[in-house]
Amino acid sequence: MAYNCVVAIKQVPDTKRITGEAMNADGTVNRGALPAVFNPEDLNALELALDIKDKFGGKVTVITMGLPAASTVLREALYRGADDAILITDRKAAASDTLATSYILSCAVKKLDYDIVLCGRQAIDGDTAQVGPQMAEKLGIPQVTYIEELLTMENRHLSARRNIGNGWQEIKCKLPVLMTVIDEANEPRVPVAIKLMKYKKARTPIEIQMQLKKENPNASDAELKQLADMKIAELAKQGLLIKQWDLNELQADMQWCGRDGSPTKVHRIQSVVLTARESKTVEASEQGITDMIHELITDKTIS
Amino acid sequence: MANFYKDNEDILFLFKHMDIAGVADVIEEGFKFAKDFDHAPANAAEAAENYELVLDAIGKLSGDFIWPRSEGIDRQGSHLCEDGKVKYADGIKESLDMLAKAHVMGFTLPHRFGGLNFPNLVYSIAIEMVSRADASLMNIFGLQGIAETINAFASEEIKQKYLHDFASGKVTGAMVLTEPDAGSDLQSCKLKAYQDDKGNWYLNGVKRFITNGCGEVLLVLARSEPDRSGGLGLSLFVCDRGPTVHVRRTEDKLGIHGSPTCELFFDNTPCELIGERRRGLAPYVMSLMNGARIGISGQSLGIAEAAYRIARDYAASRKQFGVAIEKLPAVRDLVIDMKLEIETARALLYETSRVVDYDIGYQKKLEFDPPADKEQLKKLKDASRRYGRYAGMLTPMTKYYSSEMSNRVTYNSIQVLGGSGFMRDYPCERLARDARITTIYEGTSQLQVVAAVRGVCSGTAEKYITELAAANYEPQLQDLLDTLKQNTEAMLNAVTFIKDKGVEYMDLHGRELVDIAICIICGYLFCQQAGSKFDMEVETAPGDNGQKKISMKKRKEMIARRYITRNNSLIKSLIESIHSGNVSSLEQYEALAGPVPTEK
Repeated sequence: MAYNCVVAIKQVPDTKRITGEAMNADGTVNRGALPAVFNPEDLNALELALDIKDKFGGKVTVITMGLPAASTVLREALYRGADDAILITDRKAAASDTLATSYILSCAVKKLDYDIVLCGRQAIDGDTAQVGPQMAEKLGIPQVTYIEELLTMENRHLSARRNIGNGWQEIKCKLPVLMTVIDEANEPRVPVAIKLMKYKKARTPIEIQMQLKKENPNASDAELKQLADMKIAELAKQGLLIKQWDLNELQADMQWCGRDGSPTKVHRIQSVVLTARESKTVEASEQGITDMIHELITDKTIS
Repeated sequence: MANFYKDNEDILFLFKHMDIAGVADVIEEGFKFAKDFDHAPANAAEAAENYELVLDAIGKLSGDFIWPRSEGIDRQGSHLCEDGKVKYADGIKESLDMLAKAHVMGFTLPHRFGGLNFPNLVYSIAIEMVSRADASLMNIFGLQGIAETINAFASEEIKQKYLHDFASGKVTGAMVLTEPDAGSDLQSCKLKAYQDDKGNWYLNGVKRFITNGCGEVLLVLARSEPDRSGGLGLSLFVCDRGPTVHVRRTEDKLGIHGSPTCELFFDNTPCELIGERRRGLAPYVMSLMNGARIGISGQSLGIAEAAYRIARDYAASRKQFGVAIEKLPAVRDLVIDMKLEIETARALLYETSRVVDYDIGYQKKLEFDPPADKEQLKKLKDASRRYGRYAGMLTPMTKYYSSEMSNRVTYNSIQVLGGSGFMRDYPCERLARDARITTIYEGTSQLQVVAAVRGVCSGTAEKYITELAAANYEPQLQDLLDTLKQNTEAMLNAVTFIKDKGVEYMDLHGRELVDIAICIICGYLFCQQAGSKFDMEVETAPGDNGQKKISMKKRKEMIARRYITRNNSLIKSLIESIHSGNVSSLEQYEALAGPVPTEK
C-alpha cells in the first residue's frame, strides 16, 4: 500500500543567529539581515514523509510559497529524497498572513494527488502554528497536530502519538489527513550524496530568468525570453526543472490572497529585554523544594 | 550547529590549494561517465563542486549528529549477545544508518555500482571529519577498502553481488586477516580454505582481532595450498557472515569502544575466491592494507584535531597566576606544536592521497585505455611506475607520522588541561585512548618505518624530493629552500652510510632516516602552501597587536619558517646519531635489557 505525501515547507530567517538589525521599525522581521534556512520542524515533517515512502512506497512532493529565493529549500528537499518540488510564487501573494497563506497552499494541494499532507508544527519566524490546521480546514480533511510518533499505517488508517503539552494522546484517523510534526518526532536525514550531485543544477523558471538577466544585462526582453525558454526546455529534459505555479494557475480567488485576504493586523510590538538579575536562594530541604515548585507552578513557569 | 568541514580553515585552504582538478580528471577518466550517470561530473569545476557539497554534508553530519553521540558510544561500547549477534553501541547504529541514508558508504566505488567515484583525496578529508566526531565509527566508515578490493580484483559476478549493497550502506564489511599466530606476520596464516568435489570453496579455522567481524561481508585471507608455507600459499576469499561463521568473543579494549573487535570461528563456511589463487597476500591484501593505512592516517588526524580544539579552548579560558594559561611560555609552545604537528600530518596525508589517486588513475589508464602512440605510452608507463613508487613510500610515512602525532597531541591535550584532562569530564582522555591503537593496527609504526626506509634508501625519496624542489616557490622563501637543500644532501650522505653498514643497521636507524625524510618533504609542502595560487583570510587569536585576520599564505609562511628552522637542528642530531655507527642495540641487548622477568 503506497501513500502519496505532500509536505508544505517554508524558508525562514535563521532566528538562532539573531543580530541587532533583525527587526524592522514596524515590528516585522528584517529578512535581509538573517541567513535564510529550511524551517527546522519542516525538516521533521519531510523526514516523516520520506520515512513513510521508505516503508510503504509512494511519492513525496514538497511545496513552498515564497520569493524566488525559496527555491533553495525545495532543492534541499530534493537532496534529501523528495520526488517532486513546487514553488508557488506570485507578487499578488505578498503580505499574506496565515489565513491567506493556508488558502493559497490548500489550492495547490487540491491540484495534487495526496493521501497525507505534512507540515512542521510552526515556523520559527512567526511561531503561529496556524497554517497547518487552517489548511486542513480548507481541504476539509481531519488534522492531527503535534505528532511525535507515527505508530501504524494500515487499511488507509493511521495511528499516531501526539504531544499534548502535559502528556500524550494516541489517535487513530482515516486518510486523507493533515499532520503537523514536532522536532521530537525524528532526526532529519542529511542530503543524499548522489542527489546533491544531481539536483545542484535544478532550478525554477524564475531563477533561470533572473540568472539570464544578470548574465545578459543588454539583452532585450524577447531575447531573454528565448534564452530562458531554451534553458527551461533543457532542464526539463534532464529532470532538473522545479515546477513553479502562480495564483492564476491555482485558480485562486484573489479576495482570499495577499493583503486583501489577510485580516491580521499587528497591534503592538514590544521589545522584550531581559535585564532582571535577581537571584533567590532555595533552601536545600524538602520544604524548600516544595515551595519552589509551588511558586513555579503558580507563576506558570511550569505547568 | 557544528560543521566539521566549514569550521576547519586548514581543510578549506588545502582543498583550494591542491590540484583537485587534476585528480578529478584522472579519477573520472576524462569525465566520460557524465553521459551515463546524471550525477557524474562533466568537467573539473563540477567535480570540485560535487566534492565540496558532499564534504559539507558530511561535515554537518559529523558535527551535529555524530560528535554529540561519541561520549555515549565510548561508555556503552558494543556487546556480544547470547544468540551470538553483536550489538553496536546505539550511537554507532544511528550514525551508520545516517551515513547509509546520505549514500556515502561507497565513496570511491565506480558510478556503475552506485558509488560516488570520488578520489582518495576527498575520502581522506571525509575520514578525518568522521574520525574527529567519533574515532570508532571510522573503523566502519573507513573500511570501504573492502569493497574497493572486491572492485579491483574480483570477478564481475562477485562485484555485482556485493558492491551495490556496499554503496547503499545495506551491508558493512570486515578485513579478516589476523590470527592468533599471524599478526604483523600475515605470511604464517593458517585458516584453511578447501574445495569439495564440485569445486566449491569452504573456510575452516579461527581469526582474531577482527574489526567489525560482525559485518555482513567478510574478506578472508586463508591458506588454499596446504603444502605451501608462506605468502604464496594464501588466497583471498569473500563470504557472507552466515550461520557457519560464529563470533566467539568481542574484545574488551582500551579505546575505540564503538568498533567491535571480534574473534571469528569459520565452521566449513562456503565462500568464493577473489581473483586468482596464491595471490591473496600479494598483491590483494597488500593493496587493501595500503588503502587502510591511509584511512588510519586520516583517523589519527581527526582524533588529534578533536583533542587540539579542546586544549586550545582551555588554554584561552583557564586562568592561573592571574592570566590565561596560554600566556605562559611553556603552554604557548605546547599549543603551537600541537597545531603545527596536525597541519604537518594533514599536508602529508593529503599529498599522499593525491599521489595514490594518480597512481590508481595511471594504472587504470594503462590497463583499459592505453594510448596508441608509442611515445605517449612510454610516458604513461614511466609516470605510472614513478607514482607507484612514491605511493609505496608515502603511504607508510603518512601512517607512521599521523598515528605517532595523534598519540603525542592527544597526550599533550591532557597535559594542557592538567588534572581536568585526566578526568572523564572532558573528552581528552577518551581521545588519547582512541589514538593509542593507531600506531599498532594496519601495521605497527615499526613496520611502517621498515617499509618507508626502503623507499628512502632506494632513491625514491631522492627523486620525489627533487621533484618537490623543482616546483615554483616565492622568493622570500629562498633561505628556507636552501636549508631544505642542505638537509637533503645530509640525508643522502646518511643513506650512503647506512647502506654500507647493511640491512640490520638500516632497520636499527631506519626511524631516524624516515624522520629526516618526512621533515624535508613536509618542509617543501609548507613552502608550496606559503606560495599557493589560492589565498584566504583566516582569523587569529586576539593578540597584543590587535590584528584579527591574517592571510593564510602569510600564516603558512610563518609555519614553514618555524618548522624548517627547528627541524634543521633536529635533523643535524639525527644525522649525527646515524653516523655514530652505534650498534649496542644489536650487540649488547642481553646485558642492557636484562633477563626475562621470572618469579623468585
